[in-house]
Amino acid sequence: MYKYIIRRLLVFIPMIFLLTIIIFALATAAPGDPLTGKKVDPSISPEVYEQQREELGLNDPLPVQYFNWISSFAQGDFGESMFYNGRSVESLIGARLLNTVYLGLFAFAITLLVAIPLGIYSAKKPYSLLDYGGTAFGFIGLAIPNFFFGLIAIYVFSITFGWFPAQGTTSDPNLTGAAALLDRLHHMVLPGLTLALAGTATYMRYMRSEALDVLGSDYIRTAKAKGMSERSIVFKHTLRNALIPIITLTGYEFGVLLGGAVITEQVFNYPGLGTLFIDSITNRDYPVIMAINLLLGVTVLFGNLLADILYSVADPRIRYD
Amino acid sequence: MVVNNTEKSDLKTVNKTPFQLTLKRFMKNKLAVAGVITLSLIILAVILAPLLTEHDPTKGDLMLIEQGPSSEHILGTDGSGRDNFARLLYGGRISLIVGFAATLFSLAIGLVTGSIAGYYGGRIDSLIMRVADLFLALPFFVLALTIIAILDEVTISVFVTIIAITTWPSLTRIIRGSFLSLREQEFILSAKSLGASDFRIITKHFLPNAIGPIIVNATLMMATMIIVESGMSFIGMGIPQPTPTWGNMLSEAQNIRVLRDHPEAWIPPGLGILLTVLSINFIGDGLRDAFDPKSNRR
Repeated sequence: MYKYIIRRLLVFIPMIFLLTIIIFALATAAPGDPLTGKKVDPSISPEVYEQQREELGLNDPLPVQYFNWISSFAQGDFGESMFYNGRSVESLIGARLLNTVYLGLFAFAITLLVAIPLGIYSAKKPYSLLDYGGTAFGFIGLAIPNFFFGLIAIYVFSITFGWFPAQGTTSDPNLTGAAALLDRLHHMVLPGLTLALAGTATYMRYMRSEALDVLGSDYIRTAKAKGMSERSIVFKHTLRNALIPIITLTGYEFGVLLGGAVITEQVFNYPGLGTLFIDSITNRDYPVIMAINLLLGVTVLFGNLLADILYSVADPRIRYD
Repeated sequence: MVVNNTEKSDLKTVNKTPFQLTLKRFMKNKLAVAGVITLSLIILAVILAPLLTEHDPTKGDLMLIEQGPSSEHILGTDGSGRDNFARLLYGGRISLIVGFAATLFSLAIGLVTGSIAGYYGGRIDSLIMRVADLFLALPFFVLALTIIAILDEVTISVFVTIIAITTWPSLTRIIRGSFLSLREQEFILSAKSLGASDFRIITKHFLPNAIGPIIVNATLMMATMIIVESGMSFIGMGIPQPTPTWGNMLSEAQNIRVLRDHPEAWIPPGLGILLTVLSINFIGDGLRDAFDPKSNRR
């Protein structure tokens, strides 16, 4: 198993390198650089401008620029926003990142709480009413664009019934304690459900088919023959074994979740990383765009790595070939 | 008992071609057939758009913006006074064409990279697969938006190119996978020892044997492409106005007034996407079962 983890790490490092190369190439291809605005400023003479270019290393050969770029990222210096007049990128991202993390965790909790019981139940009682309902939900959940679902959710639950707010994270920033938390959760219900939809459908289908495989295996028959209770068969034998492949799925679904957050946040005007990203795209604010790309890329690759390692811990049979 | 049954069906189907057998299994899948019918109706409606409406989807009457349904404009008009029903039909055209073209393009990249990786193996294989893994791991939506931000102008063909170059790896994986499983088979060895060229072996021996999974995954990919196009157009980064697509029709509903007062303007394009994607997914699942009767459905 340690051998596997080490080999997996050895694959991880070139992937990170490739990722940074791609994003650096995109950043270089993007028009403008930190001095673009100053070039048109008549108070700066061409000599001073050239000198500043030299000082910032913009005339260096590309590999040197890449090295400088990546080392400042590693030190937590993400550069300056081109749109918000020199505000540092990390201060822009920092404020939004937590909101997205909360929304993502909330959606993931919904996914697990719905998908696992539904998947297991469908596998226990295939072709039951709930199984058919789950299958139909799975098909629609994967086919409906999340922004369309979000719009319907706003139309039904926010406009028609007025149960949940359609925008933002809070209705009164002065709230404290439990009231603030409840208010926040109240605001997260609709975006959370929207973001959770596609993932829930995917997990449920996986869970159902994995649990069906497990339920057909010999050790379940042995457990039944020994006279073990239904409860123990479902929870101790079926659930634990069917959950193992879900670990890998989580690694891959992680990127899908983050991508989905971009659109979901936009629909609900939720102040997270996704809305910041879309604003930056609209404003052509390249330093912010590249920083978000790198942040998401590294997070997703790290998530995959973690999932693979956890998988090898959970299932000792796994080998890396 | 079981053995007898399979023998019997083998006898009955002995003089049918593999294609006929596949078609027969496909036709037995009710959902897949329903998918074909629904998708055909949608395609027919968007092709016959000029016969179904006389309004121009790109020209609006600024005196008649955000109108409710009337006998003249059965789904009302949008924020620029354009007829919503005409935009629904012509927008479906664009959405379907973009989805189809992006799938073909992505498939082309996938075929070349997947064939090279699966056939030659070794270093070129690991290089292609590392890049593919990276693209698979990244939220490609974010990557595609980044490329759009760098480009000045987005036309339909540029847009198709962008989504194709961010989505090819899933097809590369499938094609490489089926090549790997075929590589050690005797008929490949015999073709090689007869001196067939690499190109001939790939196109005449590998690809025809891998055609099932390729068609299935390309079909399912088209559904993804339609969702991606609509998502990007929804946030205003896809096909630019005034060209209608289902996605940028829905983006009008980001305006709370349209969302609240004119559901007839944004629900039909949403349903258009939903029905199209659902039909394509049903067809894809049906094709999977038809090509590979042993597969259990996920």
